[in-house]
Amino acid sequence: MTAASTDTYDQFAAAVGEYDVELTRVAPDEATSAIADRLEEPAVGAPLPWDDVALPGTVRTDPTPAELDAAVTGVTGATLAVADYGSVFLPGTPDGAEPTSLFADLHVVVLRERDIVPDMERAFDRLGDRLRDGESGVLATGPSATADMGALVRGAHGPKDVHGVVLR
Amino acid sequence: MSLDSREAKAARIRHLLETEGSAIAENTRGFNRGRYDSVADLEDYQALREEARAIKEDAIERLPELIDELTEQVEANGGTVYIAEDAGEANRYIAEVCADVDAERAVKSKSMTSEEIEVNDHLESHGVDVVETDLGEWVLQVADESPSHIVAPAIHRSRESIADLFNERFDPVEPLETAEELTMFAREQLLEEIKGADVGMTGANFLTADSGSMLLVTSEGNARKTVTVPDTHVAVAGVEKVVPSVEDLQPFVELIGRSGTGQDITSYISLLTPPVDSPTVDFDDPDTPVTAGDVDRDFHLVLIDNGRMAMREDDELRETLYCIRCSACSNTCANFQSVGGHAFGGETYSGGIATGWEAGIEGLDTAAEFNDLCTGCSRCVEACPVNIDIPWINTVVRDRINREGDDGDLDFLVDGLTPDAEGASTGGSEAGDSTPDLQKRLFGNYETLAKLGSATAPLSNWAANAAPSKYVLERIAGVDSRRELPPFRRESLVDWFRAREESGPTDPDRRVVLYPDLYTNYTLVERGKAAVRTLEALGVGVEVPAMPGTGRPPLSQGMIATAREKAESLTDTLDPYLDANYDVVVVEPSDLAMFREDYAKLLPDDDHERLAESSYELLEYVYGLLENGGDLEALSDAGADGGRVAYHSHCQQRTMHLEEHTLAVLTELGYEVTTSDVECCGMAGSFGYKEQYYELSMDVGENLEGQLRDAEADHVVASGTSCTEQIGDLLGDEPVHPIELIAPVD
Repeated sequence: MTAASTDTYDQFAAAVGEYDVELTRVAPDEATSAIADRLEEPAVGAPLPWDDVALPGTVRTDPTPAELDAAVTGVTGATLAVADYGSVFLPGTPDGAEPTSLFADLHVVVLRERDIVPDMERAFDRLGDRLRDGESGVLATGPSATADMGALVRGAHGPKDVHGVVLR
Repeated sequence: MSLDSREAKAARIRHLLETEGSAIAENTRGFNRGRYDSVADLEDYQALREEARAIKEDAIERLPELIDELTEQVEANGGTVYIAEDAGEANRYIAEVCADVDAERAVKSKSMTSEEIEVNDHLESHGVDVVETDLGEWVLQVADESPSHIVAPAIHRSRESIADLFNERFDPVEPLETAEELTMFAREQLLEEIKGADVGMTGANFLTADSGSMLLVTSEGNARKTVTVPDTHVAVAGVEKVVPSVEDLQPFVELIGRSGTGQDITSYISLLTPPVDSPTVDFDDPDTPVTAGDVDRDFHLVLIDNGRMAMREDDELRETLYCIRCSACSNTCANFQSVGGHAFGGETYSGGIATGWEAGIEGLDTAAEFNDLCTGCSRCVEACPVNIDIPWINTVVRDRINREGDDGDLDFLVDGLTPDAEGASTGGSEAGDSTPDLQKRLFGNYETLAKLGSATAPLSNWAANAAPSKYVLERIAGVDSRRELPPFRRESLVDWFRAREESGPTDPDRRVVLYPDLYTNYTLVERGKAAVRTLEALGVGVEVPAMPGTGRPPLSQGMIATAREKAESLTDTLDPYLDANYDVVVVEPSDLAMFREDYAKLLPDDDHERLAESSYELLEYVYGLLENGGDLEALSDAGADGGRVAYHSHCQQRTMHLEEHTLAVLTELGYEVTTSDVECCGMAGSFGYKEQYYELSMDVGENLEGQLRDAEADHVVASGTSCTEQIGDLLGDEPVHPIELIAPVD
């Protein structure tokens, strides 16, 4: 690992910290148990987009609407992150990642350290081709929030809490 | 504007100040403070603004081809594009889409464009239940109210008033109280609505021609559910939302949240290339995995013209189309902070830029309802992430309103005072026979008033402020009788300078024209004398020749042709001095802003640039002299020695970044200086004198009053004339110009 990427990780960690998002930084082979440690049952998930990382067995993939509705935790992968904003890109794929990351109160987001880019300009350098290829997704920063009811409240229509598992 | 309509407007504003003012003030000022903090974190904020501006300029220039490219891409992706010329066409199409899928309910995320076309009413009339899922919009739907802010639509409502509304309407088992309880209650209610939705409607903050994608800026997650759950997605967007490429989105993503609500970024930036690949979530079939079967979605992009393509052809309104609806111009506006979008807004849009939108979409009559609330203070210009000259759009629209409407009541009474009323004197087919209303003509022709007032002072002052005159001025011209009119001095600054016996430094290195603006020349003469003493003490040769006005008063009333005549006449008078390498030193910041900024719109480029480069604000010039070897000892520090100064800079002075020079000079002399951070004093030229706006002006002023009193200063100083008058009214004691503090004693 280079010094530059450590800086980028630290910057990302500091940025997500502004939204009270904690990170667990692990080797890929420790990911499954790290995810399991952060779960609250019942949990739903979308298969992670990397071959070497599996979801814990208790996480229900291919959920039904009823399971989405009942889930306390949703686990999905992010394919890009932006260090200086603390943002993660959540692809909206046919495996149901988008509703999985949206309905539960806790979103556990899994990402690879190498996919953290320093800034928004570099993020859009990557997103350009993806969108032109027809991809959709959400650049998410912290939990959902609203100030419409007279004060800032976390957890409006989406998750109240977000936890990040970062794969070295 | 007639007496009756002035009084009706005053009553409306008074009502809003009482009922909505405090929530609006707290929220908008919070957003505005957040904006300052958040943009300060950007490494190169100005470069991002320039980039964003350039993208919009290019996109609007190439709009027809970009719309074609976008259409091709969306269709290639499997979606449908419908271009609606007006609201009626858009609504008809959306109703057809709903009918085709037998929709009983449509859920919506927040979209101002959908407010513009009033699609909810149309769909309801076709039997479709429409539910707003943005929490603020839902509050308004429950309360049957209209948005008071383009980003935070229920900003005029306090937590308490929302709790009362929900408790009354829904009668929950436990009465709702906290923001958390209100949010969770709304979330549960709306989730049920979303589960049963057949159609999801969104707006689009941006559309990219190269990919057929759309960007949505949200925080709550309702837009994500709106897009994901039902199988039919209708996006409604103005044609101006198209940018060429995905990469072009980057500066806007970085600027929009910071500029609006002061957030570095909002929780969710949806980047969708619809129809999206995510499976729908069919809650009517709760036990079948959402991933079973193929994803089958319909996407309809409804692009709305509704006047925009005509705005694109309009050289003055075109800039409006660069607007990204961030709300910075609302939050930074002192008037908006007091009264909100229910007064400072039209059919749909609110805040400074709304004048452009409403004039282009609805027409001049709608813009005329609120356009006066822009005082031209210019604070929004530097807040705008795409650098739109919002005051100029307001001025142009005001000019058009002036030419279109004509009160005709009692004009003859002041015609003698307003000999150059526009329309009558400029003639031409464009101007027609119309003239600005009487109140605007009175204030717009302040130069004539000032000359006449000075020539007949003190009689004119007694007369103007005598009860019968004030009554007549209020009845006929709407000059509020609660204001003291600034007294005219019999001996003007120019007279004094001509008659004085002293001569300045012999063979000076620098020579200046001290521009005798109307206020320094006829009312606040002491600051002019102090300026002469200071400049001469620093070794500068000073001339104070008689000069015409800059045209600021007519410009602020929307009398552009008159302002242009003044600008041309003044340039002719100044030219010989500029030819002889004189600098031009200006006391009144609003007049300096004419030279540096507004003349760009009124004069040929060369004339404007030469004057702009040669003119200086008084304390800016003093600062420059001191930096270049000027003798600080020559100035008075009599009041310094730890003396505390409360300084209110002038709005336009701050926009020109000229507050710092005054601060630096006072600090150098030993003063401890606190500055106000209010955006505007509330007087803003003639605004606070107008009967219908007096109470609003005083409400804006209260904010400044509090800051000045809290400073517990030995000296209150202000740079602008109208700020001086306003602070005088607020504190009961008129401040002095900073130059009067530092000028060598006579």
